[in-house]
Amino acid sequence: MSILVDHTTRVIVQGITGDAGRFHAGQMIEYGTKVVGGVTPGKGGTEVHGVPVFDTVAEAVRATGADASVIFVPPAYAADAILEAADAGIRLIVAITEGIPVLDMVKVKRALEGRPTRLIGPNCPGVITPGAAKLGIMPGYIHKPGKVGIVSRSGTLTYEAVHQLTTRGIGQSTAVGIGGDPVKGTEFIDVLKLFEEDPDTEAVILIGEIGGTAEEEAARWIEANMTKPVVAFIAGQTAPPGRRMGHAGAIIAGGQGTAKEKVAALEAAGVRVAPTPAAIGETLVETLKVRGLLDKVTG
Amino acid sequence: MNVHEYQAKALLRESGVPVPRGEVATSAEEAVEIARRLGGDLWVVKAQIHAGGRGKAGGVKLARSLDEVRAHAEALLGRTLVTHQTGPEGKVVRKVLVEEGTAIEREFYIGAVVDRATGRVVVMASSEGGVEIEAVAARAPEKIVKETVDPAVGLMPYQARKLAYAIGLPREAVGKAVPFFLNLYRVFVEKDASLAEINPLVLTRGGELVALDAKFNFDDNALFRRPEVAALRDLDEEDPKEVEASKYGLSYIALDGNIGCMVNGAGLAMATMDIIQFYGGRPANFLDVGGGASKEKVTAAFKIILADPNVKGIFVNIFGGIMKCDIIAEGIVAAAREVGLDRPLVVRLEGTNVELGKAILDRSGLPIISADTMADGAQKIVEIVGKGA
Repeated sequence: MSILVDHTTRVIVQGITGDAGRFHAGQMIEYGTKVVGGVTPGKGGTEVHGVPVFDTVAEAVRATGADASVIFVPPAYAADAILEAADAGIRLIVAITEGIPVLDMVKVKRALEGRPTRLIGPNCPGVITPGAAKLGIMPGYIHKPGKVGIVSRSGTLTYEAVHQLTTRGIGQSTAVGIGGDPVKGTEFIDVLKLFEEDPDTEAVILIGEIGGTAEEEAARWIEANMTKPVVAFIAGQTAPPGRRMGHAGAIIAGGQGTAKEKVAALEAAGVRVAPTPAAIGETLVETLKVRGLLDKVTG
Repeated sequence: MNVHEYQAKALLRESGVPVPRGEVATSAEEAVEIARRLGGDLWVVKAQIHAGGRGKAGGVKLARSLDEVRAHAEALLGRTLVTHQTGPEGKVVRKVLVEEGTAIEREFYIGAVVDRATGRVVVMASSEGGVEIEAVAARAPEKIVKETVDPAVGLMPYQARKLAYAIGLPREAVGKAVPFFLNLYRVFVEKDASLAEINPLVLTRGGELVALDAKFNFDDNALFRRPEVAALRDLDEEDPKEVEASKYGLSYIALDGNIGCMVNGAGLAMATMDIIQFYGGRPANFLDVGGGASKEKVTAAFKIILADPNVKGIFVNIFGGIMKCDIIAEGIVAAAREVGLDRPLVVRLEGTNVELGKAILDRSGLPIISADTMADGAQKIVEIVGKGA
């Protein structure tokens, strides 16, 4: 019925006493997510939205049995927070923080190698399994439980795609924002694998953008391994080379990472690529019709 | 963030990477004075702008006398240099670097970059120096050798040796290449660089290794902990609208079209540019107002968009998530009143409190054209402004 998170996921919020952490912890609880605690060093023993705050992640895990963490701590301290969560045995870390130095992420990635912890992000909207759990900052109400998986490097563009699905009566199994940074915990392929193995995901939407070669790598993986239909959109077809388009990772450098190359690679792998961001929902519907899957995902 | 060659070389010098002796000048007199201090009978006068391709564009001059130094400095300072990286408008040369001449035996390439695929720093070297590494990668990829660095231990001497041997440095020079490469990696990490290129890396006739040119890019996200790097920022090299936008935490990039865009979120902002082009229009900018767009931010964004005389119309595309549409609508109305909206404005609002937001726009009495979807909005603004105009 979903990947990564469901109604049993027990969540702590690192940085819960800051403005963003406090606000979004409240939104997550309102959505029905099992937020069981928060962590802010020095604020242990207090409460936010009725959930206990701890000084360390280890303490929070001992006291609450948390298995997932959402991180809102400022960029300078985010690498520390991620590794603290991993060290405390957290299974899934969702790092929302934008602006973490890339060499910090290089170290974090190295330190997480060989550990059972999965990191999503940073600089991402988070992960949501509609109707079950929201670990992030996305607006919960635009989602609808269902059978289409979404994986994206973007935030609001993902909301746009989700909205196009929901208004067509198509629900989502899980939507995963992997983030806009060049070095991140989870790549497209990791999420595609999970969707391919998830019995209740029937199709996948992949939203990429300029910069790097993750979309091309995903295309190769899809061609070799994916049995479920994938529909894609690539943002930045009009972006000039050499300019960083908002996201730290969205840059065409040395002639690499153009939207054109990514679209070509995906199409060559049998992925239908929506011609405009407004056509993502429609392109999925057409693809599902051809595959005879439309009835399975609507309603 | 980019820096000038002379700044990059100063960082290298501090870190024990050999660079030619030289200093930066802002006048011809200064340039001559520097050349006199350097001594010798051969100097190089190099235009300092944030763009590659200076040599081909005539921005690097050899001088064999102090008079030639003066003549070259006079010719370069104040001149607009157009290279394949500056765009057709070019960049004004405000400083020149005056260096001692180097007797070149052979040219190589050494560079370091954060590699996205491995999530690590990769150090690259090539026997093909003095040409663009991208061209080498396309023409003869086997001539680029790479070592991936484990951040736990940093670049190891054996890796530096492997690179040095692989690019064909003579045996006597390998002993000099190892500290050169290790120091380059060290400064890369210590200053939070995202790219460092020494091209060419020169083997002199005297058997020394010297960084004849140097290019550094730094991670904007790390500037908070590298004030000495942040201090190297040269606002003259940046688009004034982009500088203004950065003061408000807006991510803005000027483009050459005529439809101004204001969007929340980087991905949606890029996608909005794409859909404008799909319907035959041309975006004038990329502008991400961010997740927590306040009235002040929206007003600042409007002012920056309207300051561009090429803008013939504006398309606002907002998907309100946490950011509520009514707040955005209030910001748009206030901003439009404050800056005196004199060009057509199409607004597409979707998401949280969308009905409240639309009502605020309707009630404002401003000539705002409402759009129901992203496609609708893009078509409307393109129709008003005119295709390809």
